[in-house]
Amino acid sequence: MSAIVQYTLQGLASGSFYALSALGLAVIFGLLGVVNFAHGACFMLGAVGAAILLAEVDAGFWVSLAVIPVLLFVFGVIVERLLVRWLVALDPLYNFLLTFGLALLVVDLVKRRYGVSALRFAAPPQLDGVLQVGGVRLPYYQLFVFGFSLVVCAIVWLVLSTTRLGMIVRASTENGDLTRALGIDVGRWVTPVFGFGIALAGLSGVLAAPMRAVTADMGSNFVIVLFAVVVIGGLGSIAGAVVAGFAVGLLEAFGQAYAPSLSQILIFVLMAVVVLLRPAGLFGKEERA
Amino acid sequence: MRVPVISTIAALACGSMLLAACGQGGPASDSGKVSQDKIVIGVLNDQSGVYKDLSGPNSVEAVKMAVADFLAKYGDKAVTKNIEVITADHQNKPDIANTKAQEMYDRQNADIILDVPTSSAALAVAEQAKAAKKLYINIGAGTTALTNDQCNKYTFHWAYDTYMLANGTGTVITKAGGKDWQIIYPDYAFGQDMNKSFTAAVQKAGGTVGASIATPFPNDNFATFLTKAASAKPNVIGAMQAGGDLVTLVKQFNEQKLRDQNITLAAGLMFITDIHSAGVDQFQGVEFTDPWYWNFDDQNRAWAAKFNEKTGTEPSFAHAANYSAATQYLEAVQAAGTDDSDAVVKNLEGKKINDVFLRNGEIRAQDHRVIHDVYLAKVKDADKVTTDWDYEDIVSTIPAAEAFKPLSESTCKM
Repeated sequence: MSAIVQYTLQGLASGSFYALSALGLAVIFGLLGVVNFAHGACFMLGAVGAAILLAEVDAGFWVSLAVIPVLLFVFGVIVERLLVRWLVALDPLYNFLLTFGLALLVVDLVKRRYGVSALRFAAPPQLDGVLQVGGVRLPYYQLFVFGFSLVVCAIVWLVLSTTRLGMIVRASTENGDLTRALGIDVGRWVTPVFGFGIALAGLSGVLAAPMRAVTADMGSNFVIVLFAVVVIGGLGSIAGAVVAGFAVGLLEAFGQAYAPSLSQILIFVLMAVVVLLRPAGLFGKEERA
Repeated sequence: MRVPVISTIAALACGSMLLAACGQGGPASDSGKVSQDKIVIGVLNDQSGVYKDLSGPNSVEAVKMAVADFLAKYGDKAVTKNIEVITADHQNKPDIANTKAQEMYDRQNADIILDVPTSSAALAVAEQAKAAKKLYINIGAGTTALTNDQCNKYTFHWAYDTYMLANGTGTVITKAGGKDWQIIYPDYAFGQDMNKSFTAAVQKAGGTVGASIATPFPNDNFATFLTKAASAKPNVIGAMQAGGDLVTLVKQFNEQKLRDQNITLAAGLMFITDIHSAGVDQFQGVEFTDPWYWNFDDQNRAWAAKFNEKTGTEPSFAHAANYSAATQYLEAVQAAGTDDSDAVVKNLEGKKINDVFLRNGEIRAQDHRVIHDVYLAKVKDADKVTTDWDYEDIVSTIPAAEAFKPLSESTCKM
């Protein structure tokens, strides 16, 4: 019984990385129609960036948690301005290929400069330890990751559902041309939203750094599961990204506990089933599919 | 008639004396000296990838140190003063290793190839050595196949292998009281092998392996596997992951504070460079078998200091082993008076050696496994570390005879 509670928290913690990153993918796809294949690389940049800050200027976890998303926001803005923007009018495939190439480039540059071995990064001392409730042992860090991610997701949801900016994003996700026709300047929000999506991937990278090996390759496998998450949740669906993110995390944890050899396949089986029954994903709208 | 007979005999006698003189080291003969008056040592290893720190360019430095020390020792008596060290990056890929090895042996006239981490690449080079009839001393790879099914006359395995790692760690920890084990291993050939070897070693030493849990490879989430293993309340969790996966596993082991529940983490394949890159605070308390440790005794420290002068870092076992292998190769050439492969192999076979890397070392003639004392090491607590790279406490020395797979179990047929 105590193990089940522990598995649940482990699933929710790793689900947090998926949820936050998928949320970033969803807002980018919603506003730009771009499937950002470089999202795994941005996740990696978040973690590697935190390790670099630690090594170079001795900045700890909390500093990185605040600084890295800002840096990745700037990175996202540059990428959007210099590259993505010019291909938006073309077939979406072009931006897909562009971001795919960008991911390879970023990963190789990191390898070239920082090698392929794991870089140093540990959880902050404040979160080092285990909460013992009866026989259940819950690591503080996992609790923090889950709680923090929930808060971030809630804030994003609040912004999208209550502010004017949120209204514009939702409206242009629904129907970009019509929104423009109503006199709303969608274009001026494209760059910051792209940067914001990248920043979310970086944020989940920082959160992942204390519990995973920080290497140039850490995003490569992550991005594959991430796309399964997005397909399950529904491409462009904000709620879908978050729910599917946590769901996939849980599926992974319980799969590993009770059917280890199937644990990685299970996610894709779920994806196949969802695509068969609801091609647009759990929360997706059919007309966008 | 008598005169011609006598003169013929005299001529023959003269001729044979001349021949004998040549055989004793005259410069004109082919078999009795160093080909082209030059020895070429090739170091073929990973110069850019995961094993770059473990071995890589600094192993080339170590081999150059061996050459310099050899020339300093023998001076004018050296079999040749013309010793060249060449190097190539095989990127841990068997096909590249194959081509580079061929190039070294055939075109660059390498007399010997050293190092070659990554098992598949190591085996590819063994094939080339066999075909070229030239020497090959492997240091960086772990596969036991090099001295078993795929052994050959020209291939030697100098530092470690997977049997030694599993056997050393499994046996020593079990005998020291860690009787109940849970094993977590990556589900591919290497992991399955390690799991088998570990289980056998633990059981032989009187312990039990409660469960062996297979995990995906690569994998970035071991939390659930660790919880599952820990719920059986074992003394030891044996992790057969390597590289980045090992780092992830260790981080999650720490996150769950399993060490506080008196569970020891034993690593199947771990190197000092892993500790250095991911940080000693992550690895503290982890136990593993190390073929050599720079801070073990004065002899090692003295050599490490020389190495550090050249490279700015302390040596890994692979650096010391490359130095040792190059040194012993050159000694064998010196003793044989030739770089002829068969003569050098003959000189090396069965030799008992003590040097900076090999303690109670012996080159087994039957399978070319080099056996030597190895060590069970425990990673120091971060607050006990005094200098960079001072990461290990040596728990015990595993004698050469017990550390490696016994000859009776070898499947090598040369």
